[in-house]
Amino acid sequence: MSKLIFEKGVKGSNSFRLPSAGLPQPDINHTLPPIFLRHKDTDLPQLSEVEAVRHFTELSKLAYGVDNGFYPLGSCTMKYSPKINEWAARLPGLAALHPYQVPETIQGALQIYYEMQEFLAEITGMDGFTLQPAAGAHGEMVGVMIIKAYHLYQGDRERTKMMVPDSAHGTNPATANMIGFDVIEVKSNQRGLVDLDDLKSKMNKEVAGLMLTNPNTLGLFEEEIQDIAAVVHEAGGLLYYDGANLNGVIGVARPGDMGFDVIHVNLHKTFSTPHGGGGPGAGPVGVKEHLLPFLPKPLVVKEGELYNFDYDRPLSIGKARNFYGNFGVILKAYAYIKALGGEGLKDACQNAVLNANYMRHQLRDDYNIPLDRLCKHEFIINSKKQADPHGISTMDIAKRLIDYGYHPPTVYFPLIISEAMMIEPTETESKERLDDFIAAMKIIAKEAKEAPELLLDAPHNAVIRRVDEVKAARKPVVKWEAP
Amino acid sequence: MKYIPNPPWVAKDMLKTMGLNSLDDLFSDIKDDLKIKEGLTLPPAMGEMELRSCMKDLALRNISTEDYPCFLGAGAYDRYIPAAVDQLLLRSEFYTAYTPYQPEISQGILQSIFEYQTMICKLTGMDVSNASMYDGGSALAEACNLACNSGKERRKIIISDTVHPEYLEILKAYSLSGRMEVVLVPGREGAADIDAMVAEIDNQTAAAIIQQPNFFGVLENGEKLEQAVHAHKGMFIMAVEPVSLALLKSPGEWGADIAVGEGQPLGCSLSLGGPYLGFFAARRDLMRKIPGRIVGQTTDLDGKRSYVLTLQAREQHIRREKAGSNICSNEALCALAASMYLAFVGEEGLKEIALRSHQLALYAGKQVEEAGLELKYQQPYFMEFAVKVSDPAAANQKLLANGIIGGYQLEDALLLAFTEKRSRAEIDHLAAVLGGKMDE
Ligand SMILES: Cc1ncc(COP(=O)(O)O)c(C=O)c1O
Repeated sequence: MSKLIFEKGVKGSNSFRLPSAGLPQPDINHTLPPIFLRHKDTDLPQLSEVEAVRHFTELSKLAYGVDNGFYPLGSCTMKYSPKINEWAARLPGLAALHPYQVPETIQGALQIYYEMQEFLAEITGMDGFTLQPAAGAHGEMVGVMIIKAYHLYQGDRERTKMMVPDSAHGTNPATANMIGFDVIEVKSNQRGLVDLDDLKSKMNKEVAGLMLTNPNTLGLFEEEIQDIAAVVHEAGGLLYYDGANLNGVIGVARPGDMGFDVIHVNLHKTFSTPHGGGGPGAGPVGVKEHLLPFLPKPLVVKEGELYNFDYDRPLSIGKARNFYGNFGVILKAYAYIKALGGEGLKDACQNAVLNANYMRHQLRDDYNIPLDRLCKHEFIINSKKQADPHGISTMDIAKRLIDYGYHPPTVYFPLIISEAMMIEPTETESKERLDDFIAAMKIIAKEAKEAPELLLDAPHNAVIRRVDEVKAARKPVVKWEAP
Repeated sequence: MKYIPNPPWVAKDMLKTMGLNSLDDLFSDIKDDLKIKEGLTLPPAMGEMELRSCMKDLALRNISTEDYPCFLGAGAYDRYIPAAVDQLLLRSEFYTAYTPYQPEISQGILQSIFEYQTMICKLTGMDVSNASMYDGGSALAEACNLACNSGKERRKIIISDTVHPEYLEILKAYSLSGRMEVVLVPGREGAADIDAMVAEIDNQTAAAIIQQPNFFGVLENGEKLEQAVHAHKGMFIMAVEPVSLALLKSPGEWGADIAVGEGQPLGCSLSLGGPYLGFFAARRDLMRKIPGRIVGQTTDLDGKRSYVLTLQAREQHIRREKAGSNICSNEALCALAASMYLAFVGEEGLKEIALRSHQLALYAGKQVEEAGLELKYQQPYFMEFAVKVSDPAAANQKLLANGIIGGYQLEDALLLAFTEKRSRAEIDHLAAVLGGKMDE
């Protein structure tokens, strides 16, 4: 394993220096009262530039991204991130803008904001967008704040509950709770879709809304979405769309037309912005007309030929973060939409769905597929066929995939399928790549029967073997300390 | 452009393998009346060369801090980023990966987060740090959320209005939860009114909050507030600026329970306000309550030192509606930039950068006073101060006409920030233009 940066370096080896200020050096002990001053040194690393460069280069070699190979992490849409967008994000005219510059100095940037609000509205069938939220979960939070603000504005204080399907991503119930709602779980039926009867029986005047993902977290389209919307709306609730899976319908159908009132989309999934090892992302929120007044402030508006910020939004929920949004992410998604156009987005969706169904078809002889029918951009298998007699789990299959050079799919989500492995190939993978992965999966299925220790002890070729997670949690060591 | 590798004939083959005829067959589960009929109304697709010119044209329509010297701060600072930082961030093993769920294939990312956590602890003087939050404002809101969830009866958040006004707005939005009651205490002479804050503290108080330096650049003396809030078993939360911590007393030294802040000055480009990162650090006993990802050190089966996402029982994917926070993706790449930045400038470099900022601010304070202007507050400041002008918007226009990006507009003043990128000559120019304005 690589040495930590704190275990490297020599005092005095760092040569970072500022140019001379041409001013006398102040003595901080004289310019500020001692109560404000630090006593203990920061004790930060002291490395030469070349050694620091080597350190981070070494760390990068112990990581795996989409550019390294196939990364079928379900629910995360690990598609290729175009290089031209990285280039654009680094142009000084876009990267070196202070958020409080006066609007006349940032017209190009505001045009990106404004057009992006419009593009997303068109793509999703909504009436207006805020680009403020920093990620999907942050978008959910803004969306659920809007739902709460709307009901309160209607004078409706009874709506204290939020409905969430049992297949939902953890951020949905967690978000509802953060905004002060009690969570009611809606059951899925045999087909993996929202159980309409269960929904009906739980819907009442205390329910503020339903948070739904469509295609859902099983990769299946909620075929009765219009009926679901009707049930929620008739009882006075609002319908929230978790757009994590928009890649499964983009260009083909729009959440706005399905009856959703509030939605978020993940620019770091559907719109190709890189995932950054865990972020930054962006989670713009769109609403239908009746919710426009509640959107966070400011929005970017066009006044004649000039773009400007609109802060005059008295019913707005306010702000969910500083400034306007993750501009550096938004502009990459903007470039992606510009590159593809409407037809290109549809193409992307169709190919993502094609790739997922092709893989499902090719894997079905070797793996159990709990809901084996037409899926959208992703699908779920599990280890049922491999479990006996050697006790192979989905995690073992995932770890064995590492030996074959792949990043494993998402495992153990959604919770309603036991031993779930969620595979999302995305449209940016070729048939060649898929076939290689399928071949590896077939070999692994065979190994599970004939040489189970190859799975149980996997990975064998990684830089480390499996880690002791219990130890990490029992006796947490969460920072380096000098010996 | 298309980023789809399969040519149509291959797609046809794949369909045939499945016994399907056309791509449309893949969408038979969606009712026809839900399908887009005419196609989306978006601008026509572009090739890479057209896209390049399009983005370049948009960039050229902005005036950047590379074009003009920038005296704006107010929560985002125009700092120098060593060239190596971006070069390394462009290693696509970093930027095209996602959250390191699978430790065996993600040790590089996990170790980088572990190092980031350590550096944040060193800077803030706190015991534990998470792997990052969205930004400074949302990190503060999460800290308040934690404080209110900790003691059942405690829901009062006492905060000075000398904290960044956007942070206050964010708190207000988060308080829609009904779980926190925000008590805003007006400042005096640009500093927090500590006596008034202390007077608000009672046994329902979840936390008392100040920002250091505060929104107006003024240094706050948190000593009495820390004692008072701890005497009532509430938390002392500080929002701090990371570069200044090279010289200023750390939250740990002030006795803070939680330290949060905007991490942008540590190697993130201004980028019109994002992506940045919020840092979040706390006392050790809050470790199992803090929001977000945490990386811990452990060993693999062979006893080799390794790293893994840990204490996940706090998080949404395990706890669902009982989780303390809903955060999932954070700002990992910005956190990586922050640790790279700290590695490249090093301990001495960070001190030099902080001291230079202070030095230039002191010099500028003198220069604007000599030019006939008056500072709004007679208080100790670090690297930012407000200077009185009768018409801030007009003053900024005049600065712009003279090739200067001016300050943040307060009602009767401009808030000006000084980073190591500013020079004596630029400050002389600023003072001359502002001073001349007063003569008109
Ligand atoms: C279905 C679903 N909803 C919400 C989220 C949260 O998105 P983010 O990580 O951007 O906050 C995810 C992320 O993995 C997801 O898959």
